[in-house]
Amino acid sequence: MLRRLLGRAAVGFGVVFVVVTLTFVLINLAPGDPARFWVSPGAGEAEREAARRLLGLDRPLVVRYASWLIDFARGEWGMSLVQQQPVTRIIADAVPHTLLLSGASLVVTYLGGILVGVFQAIRRQSALDTGITVTTLIIYGMPAYWLAMMLVLVFSYAAARLGWPLRLPAMGVSSLDADVLTTWGRLADRVRHLVLPLATLGLIGAAGAARFVRGAVLDARASPYVRTADAKGLSRFTVETRHVLRNSLIPVVTLLGLSLPALFSGTVFVEVIFAWPGMGRVMVDAVGARDYPIVMATTAIFAALVVIGNILADLLYAVVDPRVRGRTG
Amino acid sequence: MLRALARDGRAVTGALILGACCLVAAFAPLLATADPVAQGNVLVTRFLSPLTVGPEGTMHWLGTDRFGRDLWARVIYGARISMAVGLLSVTVSLVIGVLVGVGAAVLGGTAERVLMAFTDAVLAMPRLVLLLVLVSLWEPSLTLVVVVLGLTGWMSIARLTRGEVKGILGRPFVDAARAVGIGRGRLIVRHLLPNALTPVVVAAALGIGNAIMLEAGLSFLGLGVPPPAPSWGNMIAGGREALVNAPWIAVFPGLAVVLTVIGANLLGDGARDVLDPRTKRQ
Repeated sequence: MLRRLLGRAAVGFGVVFVVVTLTFVLINLAPGDPARFWVSPGAGEAEREAARRLLGLDRPLVVRYASWLIDFARGEWGMSLVQQQPVTRIIADAVPHTLLLSGASLVVTYLGGILVGVFQAIRRQSALDTGITVTTLIIYGMPAYWLAMMLVLVFSYAAARLGWPLRLPAMGVSSLDADVLTTWGRLADRVRHLVLPLATLGLIGAAGAARFVRGAVLDARASPYVRTADAKGLSRFTVETRHVLRNSLIPVVTLLGLSLPALFSGTVFVEVIFAWPGMGRVMVDAVGARDYPIVMATTAIFAALVVIGNILADLLYAVVDPRVRGRTG
Repeated sequence: MLRALARDGRAVTGALILGACCLVAAFAPLLATADPVAQGNVLVTRFLSPLTVGPEGTMHWLGTDRFGRDLWARVIYGARISMAVGLLSVTVSLVIGVLVGVGAAVLGGTAERVLMAFTDAVLAMPRLVLLLVLVSLWEPSLTLVVVVLGLTGWMSIARLTRGEVKGILGRPFVDAARAVGIGRGRLIVRHLLPNALTPVVVAAALGIGNAIMLEAGLSFLGLGVPPPAPSWGNMIAGGREALVNAPWIAVFPGLAVVLTVIGANLLGDGARDVLDPRTKRQ
């Protein structure tokens, strides 16, 4: 098990390495001269040449890559070109917000998806099952940013206009007056701000997961071992929980690892809509401003998060599937 | 395989929806009641709600946006961009994926391991993050969106192609072809590709929905198809600031995206069942 884990970590490290290398090469091959950000627009060729030397851009690509890689590995990620702040500080501020949002939506996605999917499998071919299938299909087809806007339209604007008691904030992580609130008030304020972003990601995620779980449960129920368990005279409940549900969880855990890239893509849009100060928003802003040190750092962090998530999913795999535990490599 | 698809209710429904979208895109000039980019007298024609008759006497079925442009015309012209981006970018992905997949399967050994490890590394990235890096490097344009979506969507096609080709390489007719002294290039073009292509093309078609969704997403972020060209994504983005007073500007292009993606996903569900060897055996 430990060997397997170390192997996975090595592969994951390789993935992050390939990704940052690729990003470095792409950014450096792209047209446009980063040095022009450092001199005034009217500066002559001599000033630009000096800036290029200052930034080390006059050295060959391979040399630049090597020195950049050493700095990057040592945690020296440079300064943001636009914000004049260390990249590490900007990232450190943003990561917790992204982890909170994506972690919470993972929980909602899988709790909701498994509950709905299992329910559908139990009521298979009923009108309710068909209705939920159509609903999940529609929700799964919605772009995250559009669903987010529709939720804001209803639960922030319409709720405010019609004076509903349930009125949810449309942006940010906390209210302007959060500092003067009591501890509990501050917590409630944070939770209220989390509801709509979480609902957006959770609804789309749970709809996708439910579609998958329903199929996985029906597959497991059609297996020969379920017929055996039935033939042994086990109770309906034991068969459903110990044999059907337990085995249908295995493909669901595989899905967990595979769905992380999509989750982070969704997070990017939701952070933009709700002005959520996480990694996705930092990255979109940096892309718009051609702030390459930040683009590099956010790319690396997203790659690392996906890799770590996949390793965690792998561990979880060993928990639900005893066959994996004994295997090495 | 195509016959099995035609028997699948979901696949047929999905194909009908996508077909309708293609027809709308093709006949957009006939269906539109107004010019999708014409602004007219902005002060009196902007923010008209759906089913209003404008001052020039034209019926605005879906209302107008903040420049007084007819939303119905923009939504159906937007179908042109979405369908074009979907089809073209998937074609780019298909070409790259087939090249990598066939290359890996035929070369074997270290080359195969390196190619597949690279494929897996790219596959592990959030696609949107890759897209953002790529679009940040050049000026936004329709071509850039197509190329960039193509460059980030080939990985699963490469894996499927490699699997299919490796399966075919073990079949007797390949040995027979080699025995008569056929060259490697001829073997690939005449024997491997025709036999591997159907499932690969169907699998590639599943990417159309995703590509349409991502194009809308990039345009929404202002990094995709530049305005004033009507893309569903930049229309939704334009509706964001008027969400309170003119929600229809964001609602209708969003519904268009949802409908198209549902069509693609239904077709995909059907195709996946037909492709899946486990369901084939049953």
